[in-house]
Amino acid sequence: MKRQELIVSALDHGTVIDHIPCDRLFEVINLLHLQDMTSKVTIGFNLKSAKMGTKSIIKIADRFFTDEELNQLSVVAPNVTLAIIRDYEVVEKRSVTLPEELHGLVRCNNPKCITNNEPMKTVFHLKDRQKGTIRCHYCNHEQEIRKVKIQ
Amino acid sequence: MNQSLVSIAGHSREKIEYLIRMAQEFEKHPNRLLLQGRVVATLFFEPSTRTRLSFETAANRLGARVIGFADPKVTSGTKGETLKDTIMMVSNYADIIVMRHHLEGAAQYASEVSPVPIINAGDGANQHPSQTMLDLYTIYQTQGTLDNLNIYLVGDLKYGRTVHSLLTAMRHFNPTFHFIAPDELAMPESYKQYCRDNDIRYIEHQDFDADVIAGADILYMTRVQRERFTDLMEYERVKDRYLLKLDMLAKARPNMRILHPLPRVNEIEYSIDDDPHAYYFQQARNGLFAREALICDALGIGLEQVQNDKTIIL
Repeated sequence: MKRQELIVSALDHGTVIDHIPCDRLFEVINLLHLQDMTSKVTIGFNLKSAKMGTKSIIKIADRFFTDEELNQLSVVAPNVTLAIIRDYEVVEKRSVTLPEELHGLVRCNNPKCITNNEPMKTVFHLKDRQKGTIRCHYCNHEQEIRKVKIQ
Repeated sequence: MNQSLVSIAGHSREKIEYLIRMAQEFEKHPNRLLLQGRVVATLFFEPSTRTRLSFETAANRLGARVIGFADPKVTSGTKGETLKDTIMMVSNYADIIVMRHHLEGAAQYASEVSPVPIINAGDGANQHPSQTMLDLYTIYQTQGTLDNLNIYLVGDLKYGRTVHSLLTAMRHFNPTFHFIAPDELAMPESYKQYCRDNDIRYIEHQDFDADVIAGADILYMTRVQRERFTDLMEYERVKDRYLLKLDMLAKARPNMRILHPLPRVNEIEYSIDDDPHAYYFQQARNGLFAREALICDALGIGLEQVQNDKTIIL
């Protein structure tokens, strides 16, 4: 019988980001600046998933991210799962949580906000974790996290 | 020490009362040399004649000298200079910057990059703390307290920045708000939620007549602007319904005062100007004392120093 799975070489050191919604894959890539990396990156797109239907997965060799970097992912893909690999072993599994403050990440949806008219980084405060709303530090406009655009 | 004033929303009850006491001192003696030798910059990236005149008068009456611009057309912003660059340049010259900007959040950003204090004289639809301060001062002056008052907000409650700021600042003082507005300009749900979250009572009225006004301590009128309406027929239909007429004051409480941030267009009948309930011109005058207090506070000049001031010009 022919195997139906994708065969990807196992990672000896690095980070695996799993359960990425397919429509968010490229935002995740941008957020982590994977295009600038020199180490080996394997990206799986439109893979079958029992949980999600289809999913994407990224394996990044020889790179470990800070909590701050990883928590940024919660903005575009709050349900990803992360595995930290050392010596072919999963040494840590974790999920991401939305941080209290988002710096230089999300664009304000208010066209009259100073952040859309001045070369500067945006700052957002988490307003309601349950509802997933954030508030612009500058113009005070609120928006829903699932509708945000990345700066 | 940068004591910028971006918003009054974060001010405690104590801070508001402190600024009111300071404004009282300036009402007693508006002319002083407290700021002699200092330079106040007024940067109006958006024209606003009455706010600028009020700030510049406050600075002048305290002995400061004033630099700045009244019209964005003359600044390098139109040449593509960033706000940050303008602020950094002017902060080399002035001890404090009073700025008005059409973009929301501009004052917050300026306060983060500026080495000198920033006073927000209005940033788009966002904040206008000196207006709120003079409103609070006027309410205190006319009622002898800020506590437990019935405050009626009339007109444009949707876009009216002044009513939103006033509502937020009054949360410390157990007010009851009454909202009177056409449907198209009703108080936004987010502010009603704010009231519920902060235990502020509010009542919405359909009618605007003598019986409704009878319960008011403060009747805060705002301008219903034609350009706010998508349907001009609707504007024509409602514009006169929110016009305050003299006979509507028949049942008003003796302590009731009518406020308006000005400019007035047709919200208040001119015959009301001579009625003892009318207070909008005194309110505008209070802007001077409130702004004297805000400038001093931002420069680190305290109430005690103002009370013991030896530079008063009698």
